[in-house]
Amino acid sequence: MSKKLAIIATKGTLDWAYPPLILASTAAALDYEVQIFFTFYGLQMLRKDLGGLKVSPLGNPGMPMKMPFGPQWFRGINWNIPNAIQAIIPGFESLATTLMKQTIKNNGVASIETLRDVCVESGVKIIACQMTVDLFGFEHSDFIDNIEFGGAATFFEFAGETDICLYI
Amino acid sequence: MNFDKELDARGLNCPLPILRTKKTLAELTGGQVLKIVSTDPGSVKDFQAFAKQTGNELLSSTEGGGEFVFFMKKK
Repeated sequence: MSKKLAIIATKGTLDWAYPPLILASTAAALDYEVQIFFTFYGLQMLRKDLGGLKVSPLGNPGMPMKMPFGPQWFRGINWNIPNAIQAIIPGFESLATTLMKQTIKNNGVASIETLRDVCVESGVKIIACQMTVDLFGFEHSDFIDNIEFGGAATFFEFAGETDICLYI
Repeated sequence: MNFDKELDARGLNCPLPILRTKKTLAELTGGQVLKIVSTDPGSVKDFQAFAKQTGNELLSSTEGGGEFVFFMKKK
């Protein structure tokens, strides 16, 4: 019998979209039976429009701010921009997100869309939390096909049988 | 070593080499051999784990010139 993995995906930023989708797609490749329960901000990963996934360096001291272009000495600079400055520049998050996507591409790292497609194609069961869909005013038509809508009890039905269960 | 299909995973980072391998193996029949070329140093341990977990046999794993070459026999 194959091993089972359940993940609760709760984060709605570009950086935090990676761990659940990388682990789920890889586990599926390793013949695990996988289920992801997307709740709260994690719902952003299931929208047809993934534009809601951004990365914010604001209040995130662990995030290096390096440029994905230019000569090597320039790419090596860590732009230490104070929180107060980041907060008042309009479009700062969009700029950081654009730079991050370029860095992701430069490093041969998969896009979120690719990882999500692999999950769907490899039979990862995707459940969107109906309560948070209602709470945030989303419609079922905002989300990709091949997903189910359910609640906490739906999650436990599978989670109780798993070998690995992660909250991300 | 003889092989039936080759997968170029150069420039791809974790977990893409494994995901592409899984997909490509699905196109082969049991006993056929897939050659994979990767530039991701992490793929060496990943391919060992992939073989162990899925039962596909890792016939060889070699390194040279910044490239990692794997031969995997489909179960």
